[in-house]
Amino acid sequence: MNFEFSADQMQLKDIARKFLEKEEAVKRARNVLEGENSYDENLWSQIIEMGFTATAIPEEYGGLGLGYLELCVIAEELGRSLAPTPFSSSVYLATEAILNGNDESAKETFLPGLASGEKIGSFAHSESNTSPTEANITCSYQDGKLSGTKIAVVDGDIANFFVVSAKNGSSVGLYLVDASSEGVAVTEQSTLDPSRSHASVTFNNTPCTELKSDWSDVLNLLDRAAVLFSFEQLGGAEACMDMAKEYAMGRYAFGRSIASFQAIKHKLADMFIAVELARSNCYYGAWALSTDAPELPTAAATARVSASQAYHECSKENIQTHGGMGFTWEFDCHLYYRRCRQLAANIGSQAVWKDKLISSLERANQI
Amino acid sequence: MDFNDTPEEAKFRKEAYDWLKDNAPLKEGPKDSWRASSEEEGLKEVKKWQKKLHEGGWACLHWPKEYGGRESTPIERVIWGQEVSKFKVPGGYLEIGQGMAGPVMMMYATDEQKERYLPPLATGEEIWCQLFSEPAAGSDVAGIKTKAELDGDTWTINGQKVWTSGAHFSDYGILVTRSDPTVAKHKGLTFFFVDMKSPGIEVKPIKQISGGANFNEVYFTDVKIPDSQRLGAVGDGWKVSLTTLMNERLAVGDASGPDFEEAFSLARGQDLNGKLAIENDAVREKLADWYCQQSGLKYAKYRNISALSRGETPGPQSSITKIVSGNKLQEIANFGLDMLDSAGILRSDEEGAEQSMYQYGFYGAAGIRIAGGTDEILKNIISEQVLGMPQDMRADKGLPFNEIPTGNK
Repeated sequence: MNFEFSADQMQLKDIARKFLEKEEAVKRARNVLEGENSYDENLWSQIIEMGFTATAIPEEYGGLGLGYLELCVIAEELGRSLAPTPFSSSVYLATEAILNGNDESAKETFLPGLASGEKIGSFAHSESNTSPTEANITCSYQDGKLSGTKIAVVDGDIANFFVVSAKNGSSVGLYLVDASSEGVAVTEQSTLDPSRSHASVTFNNTPCTELKSDWSDVLNLLDRAAVLFSFEQLGGAEACMDMAKEYAMGRYAFGRSIASFQAIKHKLADMFIAVELARSNCYYGAWALSTDAPELPTAAATARVSASQAYHECSKENIQTHGGMGFTWEFDCHLYYRRCRQLAANIGSQAVWKDKLISSLERANQI
Repeated sequence: MDFNDTPEEAKFRKEAYDWLKDNAPLKEGPKDSWRASSEEEGLKEVKKWQKKLHEGGWACLHWPKEYGGRESTPIERVIWGQEVSKFKVPGGYLEIGQGMAGPVMMMYATDEQKERYLPPLATGEEIWCQLFSEPAAGSDVAGIKTKAELDGDTWTINGQKVWTSGAHFSDYGILVTRSDPTVAKHKGLTFFFVDMKSPGIEVKPIKQISGGANFNEVYFTDVKIPDSQRLGAVGDGWKVSLTTLMNERLAVGDASGPDFEEAFSLARGQDLNGKLAIENDAVREKLADWYCQQSGLKYAKYRNISALSRGETPGPQSSITKIVSGNKLQEIANFGLDMLDSAGILRSDEEGAEQSMYQYGFYGAAGIRIAGGTDEILKNIISEQVLGMPQDMRADKGLPFNEIPTGNK
């Protein structure tokens, strides 16, 4: 059995980690949070230079032709470091939508630019404060034009193009829209995690390209992205556990290190348990994604639920372990607490993914 | 990343499977497991099966060949475990002897003693138990009081042990005692092995909350043990104990009982408020949580096996198994009974019935969360040994044992 990342993949992970540490990605996340910029352009260009955006794109489309396992280890490090860039929108969502579609000309048009980082893509899906379904999506496509409004579009204000879910008759599929097209109106939205930018995007008879897809492609895109997002969540969860431990070791109260109190030790043990369960489930997701396994819907939902739970547990208990200092703007705890919420929201809630998990198991059991 | 064997592993797997196929019946389904009609019958069948394993060269895989083992690698033990689980074969009774007493004897007994006692452990002819816990020394196992006094070449033992599995059918036991109460807790212990038929040993079963009796109290009244049966130096008993406690923590694995599959299948057939339980969102959410826990443990195990397969030491992920599976079992058992609504309080003793499976889990999980290290002790171990956090402050630190506060209990 070889249910582990290879030595080369672990080396890539190490390179990514050291690079993001050296570039002080966490500090940059704080700068974006406090400043006017939507993302850190300098870090983004360095990430592109490292080739990370090209990881899973085949060489024929200008990519590096590595695989999803490589992308997973990079995702974990981006999550650990809170890197404030449009990586997830552009790579996990926009690239995946096109790469896994069956529109050859879209691949040729978009993938080289996504690989080289010239293009930033974003997924425009949510429309209201309920989870998007085939039935409730109102954004519509007709005769090559798109109309409707999407909200909480991550990186919507900086994207060059959008992958949009929209209704064509009774069927919902995916459409590509250039951000500079006529009838596109982008409005920045203020969020709980300003280290990542969000926008509402309105299309008004906007010309678009049909991706020849249906609702099953939308679900497949979300499953694929869920595995990659899970690794980001895992990295963030582990960072919180490490922060909590380090702080507890150095903080003294009642004449001793608070890390010697069982109340704190058991809290850390609970974080460790959550992280280890999530890590093991993320590996399952990585295996399913990288081998195109039929188990992908189950594996993706399992990884997503488990990693969301671990990040929630670790980011809130990290603040608790820090006590009053954890509640200050000055300490980094809140950056993780915010990012945890952002990542938990961006491709659908816990309840939705839990329901998907049980539904996929019901389907598997019917065969 | 794959789930495949290396060529050597595949060869070993085939060899194991082929031997098992010639010597045991395959299970007819996942729930088709061996069950003895009585303890006496079970003991007889286990001994018979162990003899067969030994003759086939499949006894005590991790032991040296000279004592009847196979000298297998850790990954081979895992593969054997996977293959044997496909067959309906007897189990139980021998784990403590082979997994805990055997390794201690190998480390501390004389060559003569090893030759005398180890082979019958491997063949299943002799059964051993472990005499550690006491009424006032559970999680704090170094706090034992059973007294050992030396006169000439003979020790006299007085005291009481508790939670001893299989004491009533064991031939020998490993025993930790207090030989010097005037020094610090961990320093005054001495370790022995003892003939369970010795005069002065009295074994009484403990009635558990389930009504069953899997454990015993063992009383020692002026029991004589020759000094030649001491394992390790006088006062070194804690060091010797750690060898077996480490083995115990590795041995305690998944809690057995209804798991996700059972709860899922129950929910898909059970009516709840006029529709199937599986259509109820509260039920779906619980099921999803249990699936994620079960899957997390499964793939953590695969990560361990992968490390073993590479010849590496597994990471710390194995330390979470018992905590997660014990708590999951308790919740699933409660769910299974809750699905029966008011009738969930009615007792069903019908063997193999679905309801009795949840009842068994309801009682059993409460014990699993305590046995072989409580949830709380395991969390201490995770935080101290895995995360490197300091020990809690100890009120007994440095005190002579006989001056440690006991609350008069």
